[in-house]
Amino acid sequence: MQKKLFLSFYRKLYLVRRVEERIRDLYGEDEMKTPMHMSRGGEAIAVGVLEAAGKNSQAFGTYRSHALYLAKAQETDEFFAEMYGKATGTAKGKGGSMHIASLEAGLIMTSAVVGTTIPVAVGAALANAYKKNGKLVVSFFGDGALDEGVFWESLNFACLKKLPILFVCEDNDFAIHSRVKERTGHKPIADVVSTFYCHTGESVTTDVHEIYEKTKDIIGKMRVSEMPGFLHFKYYRYLEHVGVNEDFEAGYRSRKEMLSWLERDPVKLQRERLIKIGLEEKEVTAMERRINEQIERSITKAKQAPFPAKSEFKTDVYA
Amino acid sequence: MPKAVAQKTEHITYEQAIAQTLRQEMDRDPNVFVYGLDVTDHKKIFGSTKGLEKFPEKRFFGTPLSEEAMTGVGLGAALNGLRPVHVHIRVDFLLLAMNQLANMVAPARFGSGGALKAPLVIRAVIGRGWGQAFQHSKSLQSVFAHIPGLQVVMPSSAYDVKGLLASAIRSDNPVVFLEHRWLYWMEGKVPVRSYTIPLGKAKVVRKGKDVTVIATSWMNVEAHKAADILARKQGVDVEIVDPRTIYPFDEETVIASARKTRHVIVADYDWEFCGFSAEVAARISEKCFGILKSPVTRIAFPHTQCATTRPLENEFYPNAVDIIRAIEKKLKLKPTNLKGEEFYSWENRFRGPF
Repeated sequence: MQKKLFLSFYRKLYLVRRVEERIRDLYGEDEMKTPMHMSRGGEAIAVGVLEAAGKNSQAFGTYRSHALYLAKAQETDEFFAEMYGKATGTAKGKGGSMHIASLEAGLIMTSAVVGTTIPVAVGAALANAYKKNGKLVVSFFGDGALDEGVFWESLNFACLKKLPILFVCEDNDFAIHSRVKERTGHKPIADVVSTFYCHTGESVTTDVHEIYEKTKDIIGKMRVSEMPGFLHFKYYRYLEHVGVNEDFEAGYRSRKEMLSWLERDPVKLQRERLIKIGLEEKEVTAMERRINEQIERSITKAKQAPFPAKSEFKTDVYA
Repeated sequence: MPKAVAQKTEHITYEQAIAQTLRQEMDRDPNVFVYGLDVTDHKKIFGSTKGLEKFPEKRFFGTPLSEEAMTGVGLGAALNGLRPVHVHIRVDFLLLAMNQLANMVAPARFGSGGALKAPLVIRAVIGRGWGQAFQHSKSLQSVFAHIPGLQVVMPSSAYDVKGLLASAIRSDNPVVFLEHRWLYWMEGKVPVRSYTIPLGKAKVVRKGKDVTVIATSWMNVEAHKAADILARKQGVDVEIVDPRTIYPFDEETVIASARKTRHVIVADYDWEFCGFSAEVAARISEKCFGILKSPVTRIAFPHTQCATTRPLENEFYPNAVDIIRAIEKKLKLKPTNLKGEEFYSWENRFRGPF
């Protein structure tokens, strides 16, 4: 049972990591004309939280949602087609990287304006409570969203109405290039949120299993008390805010800062765990190869796929 | 063939028509719910949410102010299959929700390649009079209609508000529904049963042959007054067209009237500059350039803010007299003697202290 879970974690972590590596390889061709905000370094949060939230959950995210999408949908055909702006993409090329989503897979909306999906996630939770369908909503956002009034408005309303929603703050310390300490006039966020009528948890870990357990624990409490939950996870963004490169030469942060995080890299950690629990190196390699092949097939298909018909620029404005 | 059964009608106000529609729509569809600051209090948004107390709390509830979050909540609920009706006591407060409206609600469907739909209604009341001034008087239809993805409705009669609100609630698109406070007092003959009026259908509210006045919201009341006086005193036959929905815009009906009378005034209840009146004037000019007997005239708010003090407020709002003078100019008439004519004054309805 545990082994199955660990394999599932790794499959998703590796999928996200590998997809983004291929994006890094290919971005220079200038065929994926969409601003890339990479998940690299933070993969374990999306994977761990969503595993605990279950298949039936609904997620909302930000412009940095490659990991969310891939963990939820576990497919790469429509994903890459969307990156290439093709008719076969998740939104027929109308959304791109910053709006990657899949209603079917339960990633309802992602957005390029900070904090904007938070109240929408609360509304989705309101509807689920209204219909008593037992669905959980997970709202993902970065530390920058904490600077927005709408975060506090949404948290307040969710707590007031006891909605089935889990707020997950993926904290990489930077709103683009400004650190939390340069932007914040309050005590640590989990402490502040703990004064609301909800459950809170926090962790500085890159271990997907720990994130999973932490999430399972809070969801358990939420089900009993019928109160929302709030989780705060720190991570380190390996690459620049937007784009596929490192940016240590810019001077606002040092490579040294990253090194301790690299040692506990989430993908590496989970790979080591698989070996530790007795998987053979070749089994892991075979799994990786299958994922690599899937990704290559998707890239080829996406490149070959047609662009949307020109008339599409005016469709989907109204239902 | 059986004879059509006579429709049972009643004389009710605009406000009562709104409340009745909300009740009927909530009875019809369990996914419809009504929410917003103070919708449930003793005043019930000028009576327009009266009678909804019979529904359980989840279908009729007050909220924190939080205009932005509450708009996002409406979107999220709509994406998950509900039909929210969000109520604001003033249009001005909607500006706090503009981020959600313009960045999230309007492009929700487009940005998902058609996967999502957002059937929500945002009702907001346009204030005027007794010191409403620059933060309680905006209508902003041009601002909302400028954004693709939104529909904008401005009913001007009790009959229309009922049919259009029902359509707005049943629409699979987000609708901004703008109600003028003074129209709340207007009475009309309204069928008791539920009915819909399609969005995007203008109405020729008064037939005429000499000049067309395209009027939005409260300007319909002013246009009627002007038309009555001119008919009596100058024998002028004014046609009044109420677009009713700003977007979708019923160009066909407007153009047909312009072609018929060949004199057009657009009387829009909003600022003139970059306003809906400019849009309508441009479209008429494009379609009827060679046949118009005079350039399209616009009557709308000047490029200034609305003041609290009555004399300055009077200057700000165009009225029936402005419409009369504009028609005289167009048709080259002598000035109409307005002695003894009574014009609308809110003091007849409302006196302070507030």
